Amino acid sequence: MSSKDQILKSIRNKIVPAADLPSIDQDWIQYEDPLAQFSEVLGMVGGAVEVVNGPEELAQKLAEIPAYSQAKKTVSCIAGLAGSVNLNDIEDPHDLEDIDYAVVPGEFAVAENGAVFVTDAKIRHRVIMFIPQHIALVIACPDGNVNDAVVSNMAQAYERLVWDSNHFGCFISGPSKTADIEQSLVIGAHGARSLHVFFLK
Amino acid sequence: MSAVKNYDHPTNADRFNQDQARTHWHDSSLWFIREKRDRMARSLPEWETLRATASQIKAHTVGKLADYLEEFERNATARGVKVHWAKDADEHNRIVLELLQKHNAKRIVKSKSMLTEECHLNPWLEKHGIEVVDTDLGERIVQLRQEPPSHIVMPAIHLKKEDVSDTFHEHLQTEQGNYDPNYLTESARQHLRQKFVQADVGITGVNFAIAETGGLVVCTNEGNADLGVSLPKVHIACMGIEKLIPRVEHLGIFLRLLARSATGQPITTYSSHFHGPVEGGELHIVLVDNGRSELMQSDDFRNSLKCIRCGACMNTCPVYRRSGGHSYAATVPGPIGSILNPLRDAKHHKSLPFACTLCGSCSDVCPVKINLHEQLLTLRSEVNHRKQLPMSKTFPMKLASWVFQRPGLYAWLGGIGKFFLRTMPRFLIYNALNPWGRNREMPAAPKESFRQMYAQRKKAKKNDPS
Ligand code: SF4
Repeated sequence: MSSKDQILKSIRNKIVPAADLPSIDQDWIQYEDPLAQFSEVLGMVGGAVEVVNGPEELAQKLAEIPAYSQAKKTVSCIAGLAGSVNLNDIEDPHDLEDIDYAVVPGEFAVAENGAVFVTDAKIRHRVIMFIPQHIALVIACPDGNVNDAVVSNMAQAYERLVWDSNHFGCFISGPSKTADIEQSLVIGAHGARSLHVFFLK
Repeated sequence: MSAVKNYDHPTNADRFNQDQARTHWHDSSLWFIREKRDRMARSLPEWETLRATASQIKAHTVGKLADYLEEFERNATARGVKVHWAKDADEHNRIVLELLQKHNAKRIVKSKSMLTEECHLNPWLEKHGIEVVDTDLGERIVQLRQEPPSHIVMPAIHLKKEDVSDTFHEHLQTEQGNYDPNYLTESARQHLRQKFVQADVGITGVNFAIAETGGLVVCTNEGNADLGVSLPKVHIACMGIEKLIPRVEHLGIFLRLLARSATGQPITTYSSHFHGPVEGGELHIVLVDNGRSELMQSDDFRNSLKCIRCGACMNTCPVYRRSGGHSYAATVPGPIGSILNPLRDAKHHKSLPFACTLCGSCSDVCPVKINLHEQLLTLRSEVNHRKQLPMSKTFPMKLASWVFQRPGLYAWLGGIGKFFLRTMPRFLIYNALNPWGRNREMPAAPKESFRQMYAQRKKAKKNDPS
């Protein structure tokens, strides 16, 4: 008998009382001003938020961030914003090791925990979310309504997501961090040292 | 690590307590995290609903585990994932080694996985000439020191920054005497970046696997799991079979509980969802039983399979905080470890159910509502039945039960006890024969016992019936 069959048999041999699956359709928290809540929580976990009108203002605001203006190598996955390295020209993701700043699209934001959902659906190398020294996530708000791009809680977040394809998806909440040395919070463990979230109207 | 492993918790705890200042520091570091957890729990009005829902989803899943495992395998396979099944630690290790050898992999980066610790994967791979680098900062620190993790979420919680600095100075050539956590973390970042770039294969643990989609979720704060599996083409994910959840929407419950319970954060920095391999790459998932299906047998202990390894029960446990993770001599320490380990290996871990004051704090914080302290109590009698208890525990119990069956004798002894506590010189009370008097004052003995007070009250009432 294969290991699989042995494990399944061992499980099926046990008499376990059946329990119903509970409904997850409950009265979960709703924030009056989801954007304000999102900004506050993201601030707490070391990130920053900005609402911008159009790609020009995005470029302007980015230029005010020293990590961006001083970056030697940048990647942009945002239409209308240039980067010095084109992700689609890169064959081997290892070549992205020295990227200083990446600007990548985010899908939507979650107010309760300061997270932004990102996917590699339109990005050739998913490592670009993790390997640059600094990162900005840009959430498009097509009708100019920022609150459409922020959900209050994680139950609503999963309502928005579909998993038909094999794409990688990730909730990112703030820059990379660790508190493994005496519980002292240090920003910039392995991933991004800073994280900005832009809502693009 | 000492050559001969001592499994006796009291002995190990005693050693940990030699350094009182350090014990105190350890205690308060963990309590600080417990308080952060409390603030997070209080910030959500639905906290208790979340816990109850999570607990019930897990109960349901355990009841249909075989079906869900098959569903998971089907859906993962359809996405191009290769699913492997391992009955025990040995089989798990063999599967991983074979995969690595097939790819001629010599350098591996691994993010935190308690399962691979449980299976002792690292020494096995090293024996076969493969370099395994733990990339979680805390895990890297203890790996360099050749120590096991002392906590499942914060592996180096027992170490001070001076210890880390010395270790890094020795292995990473950092400045001697530089204790700045920023400097030390930066040094580790540089060191581990090289390892990420050189790695042939990335190994991760799994926080949740989803039957409905065949996907899996890995949570980290550092981003080490993602870096580790986004550069190499091959990703091996190792998981215990209890990590399964039925539907992807259930993540909306569990991800809200996990980080808040673990470290008092609203969510981990990165909660990554892997569905299928990267283009041109491979994703392998190893499903491991290693005693888990046996746990399903018992109505008393089945609940412990709900555990999502958040570590909250450790952070709150007065015994864990004051004895340190290593005193449990097991991969998973603390309250949940004190259940899981003796059930698997009673001979070695028989002292663990007694590393508990039965205060119930663990059950109060557990995000999936495991009745930890009740299980620990039940486990004590199991250990007793298996005749694993030392005389120092069984004899006083027998004596006490004999006394309790004789109320007159009990009252008389109580009077004597109070008399002695009040009148005896200190050295007769605080000495080696009375462990209850160590590092603490005995309570002041009241003049009258409850029985005496009650009898007097009754008498007074009789005399004055108004
Ligand atoms: S038993 Fe509960 S509190 Fe302890 S680690 Fe598991 S889930 Fe967390």
